[in-house]
Amino acid sequence: MEKVLEVKNIEKYYGNKSNLTKAIDNISFNVNKGEFVGIMGASGSGKTTLLNCLSTIDKVTSGHIIVNGEDITKLKGNNLNKFRREELGFIFQDFNLLDTLTAYENIALALTIQRVNSKEIDKRVKDIAQKLGISEILKKYPYQVSGGQKQRIASSRAIITNPKLVLADEPTGALDSKSARQLLENFEFLNDKMKATILMVTHDAFTASYANRILFIKDGKIFNELIKGNDTRKQFFEKIIEVQTLLGGDLNDVI
Amino acid sequence: MLFKLSLKNMKKSIKDYGIYFLTLVLGVAIFYMFNSLDSQEAMLQVSNSQRSIIKLMIQTLSYISVFVAIILALLIVYANNFLVNRRKKEFGIYMSLGMGRRQISKIILIETIFVGIISLLAGLVIGIFASQFMSILVAKLFEADMSEFKFAFSKAACLKTCIYFAIMYAVVMIFNTLTISRYKLITLLNASKKNEKVKIKNPFLSILIFIIGATILGYAYWKVTADVKSLTKAQMLLPPILMGITGTILIFWSLSGFILNMIQLNKNIYLKDTNMFILRQLNSKINTMVISMSVICLMLFMTITILSSSLALRNKMQKDLIEMTPVDLNLIKTANLPERTINRYGKEVIYSKEQIEDSKLTILQTLKNNEFDVTNLKDIVEIPTYAIDDLTWGKTLGNKLDEIRKQYADLQYETAETIVKVSDYNKIASLYKIDKYNLEDDEYIIVCNFKSMEELRNQSLKDGTKLEIAGKEYKPKFNECKPGYIEMTSSHTNTGLIIVPDSCKLTNEDKEKQLLVANYNTNSEEEKEKIEEIFTDENSTLIKNLTNKGFEIDGNTKISLIQSSVGLATIITFIAIYLGIIFLIASSAILALKQLTESSDNKQRYIILRKIGCSEKMINKSLFRQIGIFFMVPLILAIIHSIFGIQFVLKLLENLTSDEELLPSIIVTILVMGGIYGAYFTATYLGSKNVIKEE
Repeated sequence: MEKVLEVKNIEKYYGNKSNLTKAIDNISFNVNKGEFVGIMGASGSGKTTLLNCLSTIDKVTSGHIIVNGEDITKLKGNNLNKFRREELGFIFQDFNLLDTLTAYENIALALTIQRVNSKEIDKRVKDIAQKLGISEILKKYPYQVSGGQKQRIASSRAIITNPKLVLADEPTGALDSKSARQLLENFEFLNDKMKATILMVTHDAFTASYANRILFIKDGKIFNELIKGNDTRKQFFEKIIEVQTLLGGDLNDVI
Repeated sequence: MLFKLSLKNMKKSIKDYGIYFLTLVLGVAIFYMFNSLDSQEAMLQVSNSQRSIIKLMIQTLSYISVFVAIILALLIVYANNFLVNRRKKEFGIYMSLGMGRRQISKIILIETIFVGIISLLAGLVIGIFASQFMSILVAKLFEADMSEFKFAFSKAACLKTCIYFAIMYAVVMIFNTLTISRYKLITLLNASKKNEKVKIKNPFLSILIFIIGATILGYAYWKVTADVKSLTKAQMLLPPILMGITGTILIFWSLSGFILNMIQLNKNIYLKDTNMFILRQLNSKINTMVISMSVICLMLFMTITILSSSLALRNKMQKDLIEMTPVDLNLIKTANLPERTINRYGKEVIYSKEQIEDSKLTILQTLKNNEFDVTNLKDIVEIPTYAIDDLTWGKTLGNKLDEIRKQYADLQYETAETIVKVSDYNKIASLYKIDKYNLEDDEYIIVCNFKSMEELRNQSLKDGTKLEIAGKEYKPKFNECKPGYIEMTSSHTNTGLIIVPDSCKLTNEDKEKQLLVANYNTNSEEEKEKIEEIFTDENSTLIKNLTNKGFEIDGNTKISLIQSSVGLATIITFIAIYLGIIFLIASSAILALKQLTESSDNKQRYIILRKIGCSEKMINKSLFRQIGIFFMVPLILAIIHSIFGIQFVLKLLENLTSDEELLPSIIVTILVMGGIYGAYFTATYLGSKNVIKEE
């Protein structure tokens, strides 16, 4: 299997000598091409820090992150932006759509900043919109569509550049359960049919159950790993709940 | 405690305060500069007449300062309102912590006082130094020598500036308190969460409105330039002005939508880099500020027009002067005084026998009789001018009279024309070094250099209107007026002289005036000033003798003409520069503040751009373009307005100016505008860049 992401012994410290917080404490893992990996953890477990480091928004204190053979901890300035632009796709909890742009333009923006030819842009936007079922709302502004539709617009924007890795940060966090299910089905579609590699951070067991593999993080360390294998999603979901109970995450802090 | 909080706030929001501060400092500095002229006047070596003109100028400027103060006060209130609105959330937090409105008002009060004092001091310091350059400018404009350069400081101006600005700050404080008292805690806390709905305009409507706006403007432009002749009364100017304002508003209402639609048609441009983001940003912004954009555009228009046409006017006036004052002295005396007459105030005047006798003499004779040393003068030429009752201006218009009377009902058609014999005219012309004319026995010529009058006269000359003078009929030699004049004036104001052959049977009784033209018999400027005094100083023997006997000799001298004209031009220039710069500062500041608040509202949008991989360079570029377009749009429309506005002003002052003088003034205007506008643009760009920067 081809490795898309290799995380080697990364650490991230905050604060100073007298008051040191290890947000990430020696984490290593790999993501293969075409995988759909979930990262779970309670708030404060370090999962958002991890995602920030992976997305080059934040820098690690030590260790290496290798995406597609390139060590991104060594990138600087414009190369960093280029990497982010061309190799990564982002989906955020609060959508991060530009309210002044239509859906079409929001999706196209990811390509225009890569200076893709305008005909190609048009073709690709329409293509992806059709696949994610948002062709009808392309001319609408974000405030005119529902949360689920917004997140699908954001997903289209993330995937349209054919990134090596799609990073999703609590993608269902701001959605109702029906929209969340719809979005996750879209993720499955992206992963299955479009061979997108997805790394999703969430604290919600139901959302996580759509992934093939789940890494549990607690206090900055990898605590457990679950692989879906041949389980149905329901069985996988139950396993996740078990681990979560064990972890004493947000479900049960008292134990 | 509150004081500390205020200081900390200011430090924190120093970037926001930047533009506000810049505006205050510039306002104070300019206000001081234009009010401190009295201190500079003292060190200029100028004549008495110039000194009185400078006094007049200082007085005029002080009246205008009241108007300027009102503009500045409005601007400061506006700018301050922006700042307070930007800090809604901060105030919300204070209130949620239990601070009362009164205390919040106090915080703002302390801040206002603090900013006020610092900006007042900074502005005064800059103003005091800059006013030193002003005195050089004043000296240059008045063509006066600066006796010695002294560092001038005007206590009065300083005090005046302080008082005016203290009042302005007081007004600001009242407004602030009012604003704060209207706030509700919940809206304060949620201020940053404002969900901006994008108002979408129907693309077809945008295009339609744009075309309507452009058409209205086009019609207004046409009206004030090509069709300017139809505007014969002042109130007829109102429709074009209203059309200009409406057109401007309509254009700004539809412009962004129009451009957006046009560019969307070309996908290659639209889908390139962050172009579509920039366009959408502009679209959402310009939509929300149609009125302020229009006001800014119109203010810029006024600045450009006022500055360049006033500078042009000054240049032209000076050029005219050199051309129109070929000799040192003109003296004019009324010939053939009657025993009694009604003067123009409707009062009866009775002339003494002595006066009537004297009026039959030449001017030279009168001068000699009154102890004037004729060796003071050289190149003396004296001629009579004639006037007869039957030859009125209405008559010379011939068949065109009725037509012209319909158009201009208020003109004095009963005025008798001034007639000059051709050899007399040529004597003066050769001294003035202007064109001489020859006439056959039955011909006449009209010389005239006042343009609008020339046009009227040409109409009847084209018809070949014949005139009857002293029992003989004369026909026009040319079918148009010829250039020329006999009396020196500061500009082209000869409304027409009828030149007739020497054979014309005009009698001594027909003499209207005597005109004496001469140069002072010396080459040194100082000597000239001395001779000048004989004619201008009330205490000279000549003037005393003449006044005692009641003899009236009118006149003009080259020196006095130049002085008064230069003074007038300078007053106009100063007022124009003063107002122009204030308008410019006001509009730049409004633009800058609008843009800055937008930038902080847009911060979230730039964060998104950054997250999806836009490089800093790309973000800065799009910010630069966005602000650039934002500043350029009103300027471009203002420049288009001005092209027509200036032409209109030139038409209005046709007799005074011509096109060739315009270029240098336009260059100066562009430099001044570029400087101030550019400074605000740079400050805005840097400020916005700072605002959207990642923490």
